[in-house]
Amino acid sequence: MKNDDYLDLDFTDNPAGIEMDRREFLKLAGGGILILFTVGDTSLFAQQRPGRPSLPTDFNAFLRIGENGRVSLFTGKIEMGQGVVTSLGQMLADELDVSLDAVDMVMGDTDLCPWDMGTFGSMSTRFFGPPLRKAGAEARAVLLELGSDHLKIPAAKLATDNGYVFVKTNKQKRVSYAQLAKGKKIERKSTGSVAVKKPSEFKIMGKPVARRDSHEKVTGEAKYAGDIQVPGMVYARILRPPAHGAKLIDVDVSEAKQVKGVQVIQEGDLVAVLHKYPDVAEMALEKIKAKFDTPKSDLDEKNIFEHLLKVAPQGNVVSTEGNLQTGEQEAATVVEESYFDGYKAHAPIEPHTAVVKIEGNKATVWASTQTPFGAKDEVARELGFPAANVRVIPPFVGGGFGGKSRNLQAVEAARLAKLSGKPVQVAWTRKEEFFFDTFRPAAVVKIRSGVTDKGKMSFWDYHVYFAGERGSQLFYAVPNHSTTVYNSSWTGGAGTHPFATGPWRAPANNTNTFARESQIDIMAAKAGVDPVEFRLQHLRDEKMQRVIKAAAEKFGWKPAKGPSGRGYGVACGFDAGTTVATMAEVEVNKTTGDVKVKRVVCAQDMGLAINPEGAKIQMEGCITMGLGYALKEDIHFNGGEIHDVNFDTYEIPRFSWLPEIDTIIIDNKESDPQGGGEPAIITMGAVVANAIFDAVGARLHQLPMTQDRVKEALKKA
Amino acid sequence: MEESVQFKLNGKPVKVSVDSDRMLLWVLRTNLELTGTKYGCGEGICGACTVLVDGEAMRSCQTAAKDVQGKDIVTIEGLAKNGKLHPLQKAFMENDALQCGYCTSGMILNAYALLRKNPRPSSSDIINGMDDNLCRCGAHNRIVRAVQSAAKEMRGGI
Repeated sequence: MKNDDYLDLDFTDNPAGIEMDRREFLKLAGGGILILFTVGDTSLFAQQRPGRPSLPTDFNAFLRIGENGRVSLFTGKIEMGQGVVTSLGQMLADELDVSLDAVDMVMGDTDLCPWDMGTFGSMSTRFFGPPLRKAGAEARAVLLELGSDHLKIPAAKLATDNGYVFVKTNKQKRVSYAQLAKGKKIERKSTGSVAVKKPSEFKIMGKPVARRDSHEKVTGEAKYAGDIQVPGMVYARILRPPAHGAKLIDVDVSEAKQVKGVQVIQEGDLVAVLHKYPDVAEMALEKIKAKFDTPKSDLDEKNIFEHLLKVAPQGNVVSTEGNLQTGEQEAATVVEESYFDGYKAHAPIEPHTAVVKIEGNKATVWASTQTPFGAKDEVARELGFPAANVRVIPPFVGGGFGGKSRNLQAVEAARLAKLSGKPVQVAWTRKEEFFFDTFRPAAVVKIRSGVTDKGKMSFWDYHVYFAGERGSQLFYAVPNHSTTVYNSSWTGGAGTHPFATGPWRAPANNTNTFARESQIDIMAAKAGVDPVEFRLQHLRDEKMQRVIKAAAEKFGWKPAKGPSGRGYGVACGFDAGTTVATMAEVEVNKTTGDVKVKRVVCAQDMGLAINPEGAKIQMEGCITMGLGYALKEDIHFNGGEIHDVNFDTYEIPRFSWLPEIDTIIIDNKESDPQGGGEPAIITMGAVVANAIFDAVGARLHQLPMTQDRVKEALKKA
Repeated sequence: MEESVQFKLNGKPVKVSVDSDRMLLWVLRTNLELTGTKYGCGEGICGACTVLVDGEAMRSCQTAAKDVQGKDIVTIEGLAKNGKLHPLQKAFMENDALQCGYCTSGMILNAYALLRKNPRPSSSDIINGMDDNLCRCGAHNRIVRAVQSAAKEMRGGI
C-alpha cells in the first residue's frame, strides 16, 4: 500500500466545498488509461447516502494504467491483516498480464477512491473479485487495440505479457504499456463483456504469494493511525464514566490544569486533557476528580440469558417445511436443549485510534477503521462540514474483526480538534477499548429435535435469540423443520444489552453453529451412530460431503459412536459462500477441567482461492481466534460496568494453546471465489464441545467452555 | 522532573531531556519519533511494546526512561543493518508470520532475545519463550516456524 505516495499528488487540488461530479473526479485521476467498474448493485450506494450525491455513483472502483506503465487500483477497501492488498493485486496483475510488483493499491482514501460500504463480511474477494477481473480483462483489450494501432498489426495477431503488447509470431516486435499509455487520456466503463482468463491460463491467481505488506511490517515502517504525527499535534485523554449509562454530576479539573503544557477541554459531558505526550496527558487525567451517578443494575454474565429470554421480541419464522408434530410423533428419541453464548470482545492488539487535523473548513482524518466512508460522514456531521471537506485516510489497521466499523474515536478526535484548534490524536487505552467495544451479543439458542428408531432425524425446531440469523438455516435433510429468529440484528432493542453490541467475525454464525452442531452430535450419540457418518447420512449438499470427507481423511477419522474416549470432534457449516468442516482432538483433565486442543484439521471449499497461502493463513487465524471464544473469552460485567479491562482477565489465545493445525482447500478453480476471512471460525465452539463429549462424555452447553463449566458438566455426565 | 537521559539507541548515542519517570515506550514514540514500537495494553501483558535493553527483551511500557540511562537499546527500526534485514525479519516474511502486523515488532524483538540466550531452541522452548506476546490474528504457528528457521540461519545453516 503506497497511499503516502499519493498524498501530495493527483487529488490535493480537490476543490473544497464543492461536491465533485464524475467529470471532475476523473480529471483529477490524471492521465493514462482508466477503467471504471462497478461492484454490486449501484442502487445500494444511493440508499446508503441519502441526499448526498458526491462521488460518482455509477462506478465504485477504478484502475489506471499510468503513463509510467504502473497499474493502480483505487478501491475503498482497507487492509487490516486479511491480505486483500495481495489477493486483489493478484487478480488484477493476472488479468492485465503485468507482474504483481507493477500493481499499486490505493485503498480506503476517501479523496482518491470511490465510495465503498466498508471492509467486512468476507466480501472483498468474493464480490470485488469478479468485476475486478473483468475490468482487468477490459483494460488488456484496450491495450491490445492501442498496440494494434501502434504496431500496425491486427489485434488478433497480438498477445500480452509482463507489461508488453507483442506480435505472437515475433516477440521482439513489442510495445510497453507505458508507451501506450503515454499522453493518453482514455476512460472506459467496464462493460463486463470481455472474457476473463480461464483457470488453466492463470499465472498469478491460484498460486501462493507472499503478502505484499510484510516488509513494512517487519521493519516497523508500516504506519498505523497512532503512528501518524502531524506538526502541532496533541494527544488527548478523555474522562470516562465507570459504567455505560453513568452521568457526570461533578468534576474538578483544577489539579490537572496545573500540569505543565496541558490543555483541559470541557464541553458538556466531554472532559479531556491534551498534551504533546500521551503519557503526560494520562497523568494529568488521573488528577481530575469526578463524580458519576451510576444506574443500579443486577444484570451480569450469569443472569443475562434469563433477561434476554424475558425481553425477547416476537420471533420470525425464517424457514419451515413439513409438520413439526408429525415429525415428533415419528421420533423415537426427542432431544430438547438450550445453548448459551456470552459477550465477546474483538480485542484487536491495536486499539481504536484516530488523528484529526482541521485546516479552515477542511478536515483530514487518519483512522483505524473498517469503514473509512462511514468515518468521513460521521466526522463531517460532528464538525458541521460538508462531507466533501472531510478526507479520511486509513493507514494500516491493526486488526478489526468487525470491531472497527463504528468510528467513535474519530468523532472524538474531530470534536477535540475543533475545540482546541490543534490537530488531535485520540488513541484509546486498552481499558477504553474493552469499554467501548461493540461486543458480540450474548445469545440463547433453544432446539427441540428428534430421531427415529432407524436413526433418521424426523424434526428440528430451532429458536435463536439475539445472535442473529446468519448460520441458523438448517442444511441437514430433516423432513419437518422450522427456524425462528428472535431479533435478527447484532444490536438488540432498547433494554436488551447493557452496552453496545455489534458484528464480530462471522456474526451470528459462531453461536448458531455451536448450537446446531452440538445438537446434531447429541442426536448422533442417541442414535448410536458415528457423528461423521450421521452427518453424511443427513447431508444433501455435495460440497459439504466433500469437505467432510477431505477433513476425515486428513484427520484419520475412524468411525465410532460417541463418546469413544478418543476426544475426537467434528463440526461443519456454511459462511460467506464457503463450505467448511473441522475436526479436532482434545485432551480433558478431569480433575482441573482443563481442555487442551491438540490437533485441528479444517477443510474448506471456497471456490477459486486467489492466494491459497493467504487463504490458509486466514483459516489458521480463524481456528486460533476461535479457540478463544471456545475456551476462555467472556465479558464479565455488572450492568454497564465492564469488569474486564485488560488481557489479564480477558484471556485471548497464546502460543501455548496452539494445536497442530492442518488446513485443506478443496481444488475448485472453476467456481467464483468465496469468503475466506470468517468461515473457518464458525465451527470452533462446536468442534471443541463435541470433542470434549467424545473424550469424557460431558456435554457443554455454554461458551466459553471454562474449566469450571467442564467440571460442572463432568458431574452431570 | 526533566533531566537528561543518555543511552545508545540502535547503535547511536542519544540524549533526551525528559521527565525520567516517563515510560520508554512514549519517549521512543514521541520524543524520538520511532513509532515501530507499539502500545497494546499499557500494563506489560501483551508484548507489543517489546524492545531490547542490553540484549534483553523488555516491555517498554513498563520501563522508565531513567532505568535505561547508559544502556544499549534496540528497537525494530534498528534491526536491519545497512538495509539488510535481520534473519528474523526475513524469516517472518518468508513464513508469512504476520497478518495485521501490529504485534510483529514485539514478536521479532522478543524472539531476538530468546535466540540470543538459546541459539538452538526446540519448538517448545520457542512456545514458552514467546507465550507472553499476544497476537490476535492467529499467526502463532507460523511465528514458531519463523523463529526456528531464523535460528537455523543465524547458526550458519547448521
